Amino acid sequence: MIGYVVKRLLMMIPTLLVISFIVFVIIQLPPGDYLETYIAELESQGESVDSEKVAFLRAEYGLDKPFLVQYFNWVKGFAFGNFGYSFEFDLPVREVVGDRIWLTILVSVITIIFTWIIAFPIGIYSATHQYSWGDYGLSFLGFLGLATPNFLLALVMLYLANIWFGTSIGGLMAPEYLDQPWSWAKFKSVLAHLWIPVVVIGTSGTAGMIRRVRANLLDELEKQYVLTGKAKGLAPGKLLRKYPLRMSLNFFIADIGSLLPSVISGAEVTAIVLSLPTTGPMLLSALQSQDMYLAGSFLMFLAMLTVVGMLVSDLLLAWLDPRIRLQGAVAA
Amino acid sequence: MSDKHFVSDAPFDPESIERMTADQEKFFLASRRKLIWWKLRRHKLAVCCGFILAFMYGSTLISEFIAPYNYQTRNTNNIYSPPQRIHFFHQGEFIGPFVYGNDYRLNMENLKREYTPNPDKPERIRFFCQGDSYKFWNLIDADFHFFCPAEDKTLFIFGTDRLGRDMFSRIVYGARISLLIGLGGVAVSLFLGLLFGGLAGYYGGWVDSVIQRVTEIIRSFPELPLWMALSAILPVTWSPLAVFFGITVILALLDWTGLARSVRSKLLALREEDYCTAARLMGAPPSRIIKKHLLPGFSSHIIASATLSIPGMILGETALSFLGLGLRPPITSWGVLLNEAQNINVVALYPWLILPVLPVMIIILAFNFFGDGLRDAADPYK
Repeated sequence: MIGYVVKRLLMMIPTLLVISFIVFVIIQLPPGDYLETYIAELESQGESVDSEKVAFLRAEYGLDKPFLVQYFNWVKGFAFGNFGYSFEFDLPVREVVGDRIWLTILVSVITIIFTWIIAFPIGIYSATHQYSWGDYGLSFLGFLGLATPNFLLALVMLYLANIWFGTSIGGLMAPEYLDQPWSWAKFKSVLAHLWIPVVVIGTSGTAGMIRRVRANLLDELEKQYVLTGKAKGLAPGKLLRKYPLRMSLNFFIADIGSLLPSVISGAEVTAIVLSLPTTGPMLLSALQSQDMYLAGSFLMFLAMLTVVGMLVSDLLLAWLDPRIRLQGAVAA
Repeated sequence: MSDKHFVSDAPFDPESIERMTADQEKFFLASRRKLIWWKLRRHKLAVCCGFILAFMYGSTLISEFIAPYNYQTRNTNNIYSPPQRIHFFHQGEFIGPFVYGNDYRLNMENLKREYTPNPDKPERIRFFCQGDSYKFWNLIDADFHFFCPAEDKTLFIFGTDRLGRDMFSRIVYGARISLLIGLGGVAVSLFLGLLFGGLAGYYGGWVDSVIQRVTEIIRSFPELPLWMALSAILPVTWSPLAVFFGITVILALLDWTGLARSVRSKLLALREEDYCTAARLMGAPPSRIIKKHLLPGFSSHIIASATLSIPGMILGETALSFLGLGLRPPITSWGVLLNEAQNINVVALYPWLILPVLPVMIIILAFNFFGDGLRDAADPYK
């Protein structure tokens, strides 16, 4: 097991390096850099450019240096928790990002749990009642969730929540709690706001998951051991719980890999619409203003989140399923 | 004694048992394409969705004719006019499809434009009539429409936007771009998928491993943030048309991985089939094996996978345009239309501005069901 964990951890390093390179290429592609835009803006306002500051920034980030050198400087900083400098906010990226990354993780994790809670029972029902009206109805609902654009669902839910429950619009908590220390009332306010993004982001993932759980369980139900159990007179509920369900549980954890990218994608757009204090809105503004290190760090964080999520799912799977564990050990 | 036994005069046919009935023969001799078609036809929902798709794509050929207005025509007297209901009976009498004319009043308290249908002003809808002029396919001048408002009256079945443009016409025109971007994107991603999947499956070895790793990495990336980053690259100075092509390529750049994977796995599986070995043993050159034996084997499967990847692209374009990173006016797509519905006030005050989401949902559902049916049918021997 330890061998497998180590091997899996080592495999992450090249992956992250390739991702960081792709991200850096993408954020470097737009012509010009933030400093040029910045200087042009100041000059158009008739202000003198603080040449000292520009020189400092250029030297600090080697913006005049060749592409590869810039890339290595950026990646090197990662190891020491230095993610570069946000030009727009005039602060190190780490301070700008701050809590946002944790809130993104929080929203994503809760969304995944929500997706599981909804998708699992529905998937089991659909598989055990294949081709019934309930199966068709639930499948259709799932497809509907898949077809509805997240951002629009977010807008409509926001509006309805405001009308029905009087929830304040936007953000993760009511405005009066913004700079308050944590209290019970603040916690409740966060909960009252959190369910909207969770439901919105969850819908599309849930639809896909229901279908995958259903297909997977259907495969298991056709296997011989189920027939044997039935022939031996095992009660249907117990039979389902003891054998096929356990087998499809494996798949359930493996599915984090395909769930996570879609959850994070959905979380970004939804966060922009709902103006949540997560990474979404800031990534958008950083991309638009060519604040390259900020945008790059965000992209990097999001990619890292999926890679780590997949690592967790792989490790859980190895722990659950001896076949994978042994295969990993043999290969190592 | 012997005349009690019946003896047939007909000559003995030793193959009478093995001979197939006409139906069986038809089935066994049917071409692969025919088998797929038969199997698809049994899938009622898929056929139904196929018709919806054909209808929607067909409508893009004659958008100008279907839309009662030009997509840029501004009706400045009808800003934010709500959808008009179509009636058939006026005071208990059937007079064909018509709408009640709106009475306009500016509410001086909250400055809200208020339109109320006036039940004394029935305005009959005209069919096959002359209205806004347009250039059909940008080539021929015409002003012929499928339906138009009554003479000198207005007709907004989906309401109007902040410039008084007819939402229905804009949605009909928007279908062109939104549907085309799905097809264009899938064409590019099919090309990339076939190229890389084919390379990986054909050469194997280190080429295979490298391509496999790259696709894994791309797949692990959350699509939308990367799409956002890529479309932020497109220079502001580009013309809207260039941006359209740029976005199409960007959507495809992240999408080909799924196709590449299925091409590769299919190729690897088919290469080991007996009929391929047989062809190789008979001395068929690789080009013939690929063309005659491999391509027909996986083309239907690939088409099904490609169909299933179109809805994701249409949704992607919609999301990007909604965020203001995708297409820009004057190009009109459903995402561009939804861009106007970006804030909560719109949902509260002018809910008809979110109507473009309806065709988005319909087309995505249709593609999903149709693609599912196609995928089931793609393997006719199962």
